[in-house]
Amino acid sequence: MEYHLLLLSDRYPMYRFILKRLFLLLPVLLGVSLLVFAIMSFTPGDPAQLILGESAPAEAVAELREEMGLNDPFIVRYASFVGNAITGDLGRSYSTGREVFGEIASRFPNTLTLATLGVLIAIVIGVPVGIISATRQYSLIDSSSMVVALLGVSMPNFWLGLMLILVFSVNLGWLPSGGFSDWSSVILPALTLGTGSAAIITRMTRSSMLEVIRQDYIRTARAKGVAENVVINRHALKNALIPVITVIGLQFGYLLGGAVLTETVYSWPGVGRMMVDAIRQKDTPTVLGTVVFLAAAFSLVNLAVDILYGFIDPRIKSQYK
Amino acid sequence: MTTILKIQIKTPNNRAVQTDQKTNQGQPQIESPTQDIHQSKSSSESNQESNQGHPKISSPPPDLLSVQGLTITYEVDGEITQAVSDLSLTLKKGETLGLIGETGAGKTTAALGLMGLVPHPPGKIIGGKVVYEGEDLLQLSEEKMRTIRGNKISMIFQDPMTSLNPVMTVGDQIAEVILIHESVTKSQSVTKAMEMLEMVGIPGARYADYPHQFSGGMKQRVVIAIALACNPDLLIADEPTTALDVTIQAQVLDLMKALKEKYNTAMIMITHDLGVVAQVCDKVAIMYAGEIVESGPIRDVYQNTQHPYTKGLFGSIPDLNSTAERLNPIKGLMPDPTDLPSGCRFHPRCPEATALCSTVRPEPVITNAGHSVRCLNCQPVPSTVVPPEALKFVAQESHHV
Amino acid sequence: MSQQITADTLPEAVLEATRSAPKKRSQWLEVWQHLKRNKMAMFGLVILSLVVFAAVFADLIADYETVVIAQNLSDRLQGPSAQYWMGTDEFGRDIFARMIHGTRVSLMVGVLSVAIAIMIGGTLGAVAGYYGGRLDNIIMRVMDIFLAVPSILLAIAIVSALGANLINLMLAIAVSSIPSYARVVRASVLSLRDQEFIEAARAIGASDTRIIFRHIVPNALAPVIVQGALGVATAILSTAGLSFIGLGIQPPEPEWGAMLAGGRQYLRHAWHVTTFPGLAIMITILALNLLGDGLRDALDPRLKH
Repeated sequence: MEYHLLLLSDRYPMYRFILKRLFLLLPVLLGVSLLVFAIMSFTPGDPAQLILGESAPAEAVAELREEMGLNDPFIVRYASFVGNAITGDLGRSYSTGREVFGEIASRFPNTLTLATLGVLIAIVIGVPVGIISATRQYSLIDSSSMVVALLGVSMPNFWLGLMLILVFSVNLGWLPSGGFSDWSSVILPALTLGTGSAAIITRMTRSSMLEVIRQDYIRTARAKGVAENVVINRHALKNALIPVITVIGLQFGYLLGGAVLTETVYSWPGVGRMMVDAIRQKDTPTVLGTVVFLAAAFSLVNLAVDILYGFIDPRIKSQYK
Repeated sequence: MTTILKIQIKTPNNRAVQTDQKTNQGQPQIESPTQDIHQSKSSSESNQESNQGHPKISSPPPDLLSVQGLTITYEVDGEITQAVSDLSLTLKKGETLGLIGETGAGKTTAALGLMGLVPHPPGKIIGGKVVYEGEDLLQLSEEKMRTIRGNKISMIFQDPMTSLNPVMTVGDQIAEVILIHESVTKSQSVTKAMEMLEMVGIPGARYADYPHQFSGGMKQRVVIAIALACNPDLLIADEPTTALDVTIQAQVLDLMKALKEKYNTAMIMITHDLGVVAQVCDKVAIMYAGEIVESGPIRDVYQNTQHPYTKGLFGSIPDLNSTAERLNPIKGLMPDPTDLPSGCRFHPRCPEATALCSTVRPEPVITNAGHSVRCLNCQPVPSTVVPPEALKFVAQESHHV
Repeated sequence: MSQQITADTLPEAVLEATRSAPKKRSQWLEVWQHLKRNKMAMFGLVILSLVVFAAVFADLIADYETVVIAQNLSDRLQGPSAQYWMGTDEFGRDIFARMIHGTRVSLMVGVLSVAIAIMIGGTLGAVAGYYGGRLDNIIMRVMDIFLAVPSILLAIAIVSALGANLINLMLAIAVSSIPSYARVVRASVLSLRDQEFIEAARAIGASDTRIIFRHIVPNALAPVIVQGALGVATAILSTAGLSFIGLGIQPPEPEWGAMLAGGRQYLRHAWHVTTFPGLAIMITILALNLLGDGLRDALDPRLKH
């Protein structure tokens, strides 16, 4: 927040602002890759041995180590990783031998679909319920939706996933329990992801709305003789949505990057499950690639939210000009 | 306001004063003759018309606003706070009343009570009447009340920095009130909003700017433009200059005074600045711990101050002519509104308090023409000395004060 | 409205200014008074006490070696009954007993990882906020890097590299939540740094250490406490999540997430194996959330609606 105000204080045009933010993303991604690269280099076990199998002769393993550059110093290995990554080459998977980048690119649409549907469900439920709760504070509707929302944020996502499977595929047999066959298979995972986010968005919308309703300018609007529903929809909502949009953006980012558990529960062929599988197989290039990719996606979503902010809040927009 | 005094010649008697002091529950018998005339008229008609239409030239102009025994409480965590107690005041068209008091005296709550905007919960109006043009506003439906807010009665709030919606252009915020109350098209409302901007000294071209692009003084001008856009009969200004720089204060005050005179708008000016009151007000009411302790025509209250609290207020103003080394502030603090003292609410701080003051709650006493004081030590004016017309004024002006 | 509040608090403020020594205690007493009136927060506190009670007396409720760990294949996947209140798992172990013992791991990881994160993150945030300038810039840019990775991913990466055991799990969860504490502390230090009472302390010649520990830390504590209560909830969720994908507590040790994972393949025949541990997680998290919300309201009356 503060550095983006810093940037804006010189009254850059919008596109300069976006470019600058994209430029600032580079060191962050570099840092993320260094962080993950360092973590992964602690991983016990020899990748060369892993690739060739337990019974491979020692000379062959040594040769492969040399070939893969595993004997090089850490900094050299990291530099070559970054050098390749810039050209879109994230290396090859130790286990399948396929291009990591290509594998991510083929799976990312699945993750994106799931996250988008999840966040849509969350918005459609969360925003209206939050508004109604705030405008009828302490009513039955308010307290019951707050209890449900509280349960929603307290529920482990993967457990909700299992419970939904139990009800809708095991007992009722309406929906598939996992995999990716047709559109019906996206419903349960999307609901699982959406529920948790809906709870968070509901709570945020309610508290933001309550905060806004107490503002002086709402009193001004009432003193003007504005009807109550117009006070809410025209005066309060736009102000209240500003922090809610940040939360929605964050949630979308988390669903993109953090849907690991849900993807595992539903055997969803997304990037998250790819990462979990790679971790089990000690497939370092795939782990590195997926983490850096998901972190990049997460950061881009946050950037998009910052830009969107400018369109809603004139206090920020006027600084672009 | 000598005109008012001149017209009021009828039905003088001593009984008026006596009943005033006894029946505090607010029987509206005092304003009866004129009020009835007015009630029969449509509320949109102006006072002059109602007078002309009636043969009784001798009857005084009816009150634009008459508040009787207004009592407002707040309930937070089971604790009940009396924010406003038994507040009564009257206002005629074009008149300006200064409502003075320290922070926490209940001035803003009283103003919100008049507007029907006391936040509920925790606030609640538990008694009294707010009679505006013959109608008790407290009895109106919310829908009807909305046609009065911003149209007949407008309010200017204390802090212009927070009183404007940050995500709406200032022009739209002015145009909105015009669209609500006047049958105009969208483009007409825009034109009128631009005129209002010009009128408060802001170029109409700034219609599409947002509040954050204005300074505090400019924002307050916008707030004034919103309040005056529908040409209200009554303007309630809640410390309109407190949040502004001193130089800007004078500008905004002059602007309000000029516009008020131009449109003959009645005004309640809430302030703790006695100088502001002297500058713009005809009448003044001083509030302490939720009740009005002294009220009357400005000259009278300033020159013939009766209540010890008011005296203390004046005593705490630096006087350039005096050689005193220190100011003379009132000792002590305002009482906790959840735990008000017994008897007179001011007695713990009062230099003139007697034993009686801690047990007997004083009722308003008329001490002079239109001047009423809530103090046990103040003697009512002997009835024989008081000219009858003054008594009539008193009866109307400070019935339940 | 605002007038009422001012009038209400003015004498209080004056009183507080005159007696400085017992001030801190009365402040916390006031928070407790606030909290006590919040029924939901008290409900959370009661549940939480029960969970702590279960953790402390787990051995009295069920013996670890003979009941919690020992397999009893003849009784596998039994439904809830008088003997097994919540049924048995795929190895015939009493789910209720395992759940009771599971509170130990969850609470330990939750509390310790948050404590580690508060110590490291809080110090970083306080230093960054108080000294500002270049140091602030460096610390916060590093935090930005950590924040760019969703915390569950970071924790997964760390545990997978270091190996799955209790200590590594705690470290991973702590590290992944350091940035949020650094941010919270830095923000409140920044807002405090330029306030008049700090200026006043500086003006009378107080040292940096004195200012930080006497004036800034106590005032910055409130948001950290709230964040901490909610952080324990997040940490318990992360523990369960990591164990669920096999990166946390290893069998046969009882852990709620691992128990869930074990019952996953028997969902069709034995619903209770996955249902009860999940409920245990949810109720514990719910209690922490209720308490966290209540603490926030109590510590910041301004936010109370």
